[in-house]
Amino acid sequence: MGPSLRPAATTPWWRNRRVVPFAVQAAAGLVVLVVVAFLLGNLVRNLTAAGLLLSWSWLDNPAGFDLAESSIPFSASQPYWLALLAGLVNTLKVVVVGLVGATLLGTAVGSAAFSSNGLLKRLARSYVELVRNIPLLLQLVFWYFVVFLALPNGVNAIQLPGLVLAKSGLYLGWFGEGWQWQLPQLTDGVWQAPLRLSVEFGALLTGLVVYTAAFIAEVVRGGIAAVPQGQWEAARSLGFSPLVTLRRIVMPQALRVIVPGLNSQYISLAKNSSLAVACGYTDLYSVAETTLNQTGRAVEVVVLLLGSYLVIDLLISALMNGLNAAVQLKER
Amino acid sequence: MVRFPRLAAVVPVLTALVLVGCASEDGGVQSQKLATIKGRGTVVCGVDGKLTGFSFVAPDGSYSGLDVDVCKAVAAALFGDPAKVDYRDLNSSERFAALASGEVDLLSRNTTLTLSRDASGGNGLSFAPTTFYDGQGVMVPAASGIKGLKDLAGKPICVESGTTTELNLADRMREINAAYTPLKFQTADQTYSAYLQGRCVAVTSDRSQLAAKRTGFPTPAAHTLLPEVLSKEPLTPATVNADPGWADAVRWTIYALMQAEELGITQANVAAKVVEAKANPNLADLRRFLGVEGDFGNQLGLPPDFVVKAITAVGNYGEVFERNVGNGSKLKLERGLNRQWKEGGLIYSPPFR
Repeated sequence: MGPSLRPAATTPWWRNRRVVPFAVQAAAGLVVLVVVAFLLGNLVRNLTAAGLLLSWSWLDNPAGFDLAESSIPFSASQPYWLALLAGLVNTLKVVVVGLVGATLLGTAVGSAAFSSNGLLKRLARSYVELVRNIPLLLQLVFWYFVVFLALPNGVNAIQLPGLVLAKSGLYLGWFGEGWQWQLPQLTDGVWQAPLRLSVEFGALLTGLVVYTAAFIAEVVRGGIAAVPQGQWEAARSLGFSPLVTLRRIVMPQALRVIVPGLNSQYISLAKNSSLAVACGYTDLYSVAETTLNQTGRAVEVVVLLLGSYLVIDLLISALMNGLNAAVQLKER
Repeated sequence: MVRFPRLAAVVPVLTALVLVGCASEDGGVQSQKLATIKGRGTVVCGVDGKLTGFSFVAPDGSYSGLDVDVCKAVAAALFGDPAKVDYRDLNSSERFAALASGEVDLLSRNTTLTLSRDASGGNGLSFAPTTFYDGQGVMVPAASGIKGLKDLAGKPICVESGTTTELNLADRMREINAAYTPLKFQTADQTYSAYLQGRCVAVTSDRSQLAAKRTGFPTPAAHTLLPEVLSKEPLTPATVNADPGWADAVRWTIYALMQAEELGITQANVAAKVVEAKANPNLADLRRFLGVEGDFGNQLGLPPDFVVKAITAVGNYGEVFERNVGNGSKLKLERGLNRQWKEGGLIYSPPFR
């Protein structure tokens, strides 16, 4: 309060700076409450009229359908909630691996924009422009139907060191029994490996990583560009190599700009994972859709879906906010 | 319901007007849906749109098929014109929501009648007479050497999500104690693409759908249907439970097509039959059926001659079948269970009385 204001006792309430903001906020809050109450009331009234009041008992009924892949043991005789949980785990699996992959690829591409190698620089720019201007759904369909389903099978499968790409799945070398390193093996025309990923997972993961990395690359490029040119020059004059300069001097400063931007890209990746239906991956959305069709419990299933994606995204946000606090300039 | 005061005053008046309008036109049938459809002048019909023989869009945008003919028959019964239909292509996941929300009036989209879809506590649909008795089948590449369900153990099988097919497959495989990988896709196009690309060793759906889709494959002869029939799939048009008046109108329009076949009335001879019925007062059954006497149409909220209009538009059930999925079509399906009851089939119309 400035000294120029008259004493509170003589100010009329509609000009009182203590009352007016409070009243405006209260009015705004009231409007929001009324709208929400109206929508909820309307829903309950109409559901009651249709005889479809919210009920959750169906979650314990046997699902009756199988899942193509599940990280937790599941069979058709187990309840709906377990099927939905298996879907959630599959979603988390692709989101977590996707976040790591997109960050690595995005950082590499974003840093490449500052390379002294002209070819690398141009490649990085073309990649970003090509990928971020094509809808993700189309890219997923492309990766699944054009790339992954065109993979050969059996002996003709693409064999890389420790990795076999076949139409029947992606086979990775991994530690088997007794922590023995095992490579994929072909027995009777069928590949066997300690770690097998489905091509659906592969296609979705590739699509998400390639797409999100393009956006992350731009965030990283912006962050690095925000570090004053003098920092590079000072490092060079001290004899640091470009790579060391980037890692030890530029990146720690750039992170302050990068991390908030990364947050929204990470959240996008988590939400975009629900496009898994385009390539047949058994994610939460796909399981929920089957559940909805078989139980007719549209509102409940949608509420569960909304809640799950909200929690996933809030978790990512919370983690990123923590990271943000850690990389910000400490003023002591 | 919270309403603005002025609106609150208008609504009862409007409702009363609509109801009065109905009552005077339809002889006491109080159906909100029928009134809406008559006011709009078209029937909005939910179909698949991509299934040869059942509902398929030609390059010129016109629809044809068995499911489409049901829509046309209902439009003809209501308006005397089979073209008064707005078609909406729906996938299997959208179809019930579209019907429940009133986006479509009639769902004629190779939909299996089941308890949970019929029950008010489930999807809450009202089913018309079954127009095609089908069963679930499995298609495999002819060269695969797969002879039965048992050979599919441990193999990936493509299936469209949100269908009864998905559940039946799970049940049958559990019975024979065989593990398998269900690869679910949201649309039929994705399902069959994945199968054709060799991601699955088999694709499962209604036998009629498999036969229909096979006609569009690059080499149809390279794919065979396994002899096993996994389930009963009575494909049935549906309306919402909440409007029995509209459901009755649809139900008896379809029965009329079945009854017409039984009585030997065809698209070609229906006009002559009407003349015959008008000339001969002793043909009471035929006169009532064709609306020459009695008030069947009025009882349903339809024109008196709705049967004649429906048959003129699409022909009797047998003609609809043969033209779309039988010998007159690419599918060449047998009548099988879909023969008239007098010939040992399940097509049976209750009496028009």
